[in-house]
Amino acid sequence: MATTHTRSAARLMMAPSVILLLAWMIVPLCMTIYFSFLRYNLLMPGMEEFTGFLNYQFFLSDPAFFDALINTLLLVGGVLAITVIGGMAFALLLDQPIFGQGIVRILVIAPFFVMPTVSALVWKNMFMNPVNGLFAWIARSLGFAPVDFLAAIPLISVIIIVAWQWLPFATLIMLTALQSLDEEQKEAAEMDGAGFIPRFIYIVLPHMARAITVVILIETIFLLSVFAEILVTTNGGPGTESTNLTYLVYAQALLQFDIGGASAGGIVAVILANIVAIFLVRLIGKNLEA
Amino acid sequence: MARKVSTRRKLVTSAIAWTIGILIFFPILWTFLTSFKSEGDAIASPPVFLFFHWTTENYIEVQSRSDYALHFWNSVIMSLGSTLLGLLIAIPAAWAMAFSPTKRTKDVLMWMLSTKMMPPVGALIPVYLIFRDAGLLDTRIGLVIVLTLINLPIIVWMLYTYFKEIPGEILEASRMDGASLAKEIIYVLTPMAVPGIASTLLLNIILAWNEAFWTLNLTTSKAAPLTTFIASYSSPEGLFYAKLSAASTMAIAPILILGWFSQKQLVRGLTFGAVK
Repeated sequence: MATTHTRSAARLMMAPSVILLLAWMIVPLCMTIYFSFLRYNLLMPGMEEFTGFLNYQFFLSDPAFFDALINTLLLVGGVLAITVIGGMAFALLLDQPIFGQGIVRILVIAPFFVMPTVSALVWKNMFMNPVNGLFAWIARSLGFAPVDFLAAIPLISVIIIVAWQWLPFATLIMLTALQSLDEEQKEAAEMDGAGFIPRFIYIVLPHMARAITVVILIETIFLLSVFAEILVTTNGGPGTESTNLTYLVYAQALLQFDIGGASAGGIVAVILANIVAIFLVRLIGKNLEA
Repeated sequence: MARKVSTRRKLVTSAIAWTIGILIFFPILWTFLTSFKSEGDAIASPPVFLFFHWTTENYIEVQSRSDYALHFWNSVIMSLGSTLLGLLIAIPAAWAMAFSPTKRTKDVLMWMLSTKMMPPVGALIPVYLIFRDAGLLDTRIGLVIVLTLINLPIIVWMLYTYFKEIPGEILEASRMDGASLAKEIIYVLTPMAVPGIASTLLLNIILAWNEAFWTLNLTTSKAAPLTTFIASYSSPEGLFYAKLSAASTMAIAPILILGWFSQKQLVRGLTFGAVK
């Protein structure tokens, strides 16, 4: 059906999107790479000079980089563990016959639509605050000393906040997949005397494999770049205890004005994210064919 | 085809599910309640749940202390503007890829998606410097441009998966019936494409409204949308729980409502139809 005419029309229709995205990808990336080889401080314009791999050397040997890398991994891993396991449990629960299922579903997915700065501030002030927070009140009522969440366990606090935001996503995706599971298959297994656990392992879990992979991969992409939650709660501190790679590069660029060093950090972040992205593109590519 | 379940079991599962639902929703509910308290009631210990003096003064105060309406309006312009601009650019592209695919269409789609995987921090510095030199920092137009670009791949992908479901046979049939190209587009294709476009619109408004990395880094006051404005409450002098809650309630309410209406599209849009 495609003639030469329609084909060139198609090219023309695709051109704006392709050109814009190409520019959006290539221009900043090339500039970041270029800056990463310069000694370049925003406060000293005109003093840029080529330094080779010195920025990379400084960035990679900075103890803050190692902390940020570990924190990034802990943040992604922690949130993934909570949301995948919790999401699965909630999806199984919501898939049962319950009264007012629609309303419960709405309650559970609501946090996903809350903007990150709002959720971070609400948790910081109204829940985790050691004096006025609800958690502090609960702890005092039970006779414990309140925990100063963001000072004592900053990374765990950030993980809790981010997990609250992403749990609905995991639940929603898994529930959607669960509801497409063939009822008859489950019934047949039940009649054959398979208990809940074998049914879960041999029927539900294999059916959910794709949904779980999608949740893990999409969340990973977003979680690698968590920023607002850290900015408004802990500012990466105390020290570097809750600094992730994104926050570290931001701080180096816009707080210390070290463009060269931050650019090297940005490139390191791009490389790490790309390792993850390769898996995601493969997975979706497979689904596209099916 | 409902399986027989004893009422007792249904009651127990319902109780558990409702408890969990309310626990998950609680921070939002608490924010909503706090927004109607006086500052004194907001930090009261023990906390007051429902029996406090309800007041709407926080909502008025938030506007008069700092022009809340301006930031709300910035959010509206930013999310609507970037979504409409994105649709304008993406509809022809998705249309072409769905209806006249070539061998390389799939590669192009994959490549578009891969731009989404570049961590924003990798592009932050050049974009910041370009914006500074072009005078686009803290402007609405600058924000619209960036948000259009970051959401463009998702818009193209969503539209593509929806357009792909419009069967080619319908086009052929209408052509055989002698429909002109204009009629074909107006009477046959548009009605079938509109639901997909509407879903894409909805999801992208939600994504743009809540986007926080670029809005926080590229705006300060004039063009600051709600994500940035709310963050200003994190400074010590901004520690007013009731006012923070009022500002937050207004910021999340529109999107919460939009989101609840578009749950199904959300699943599709965010997973590109990989999970059904």
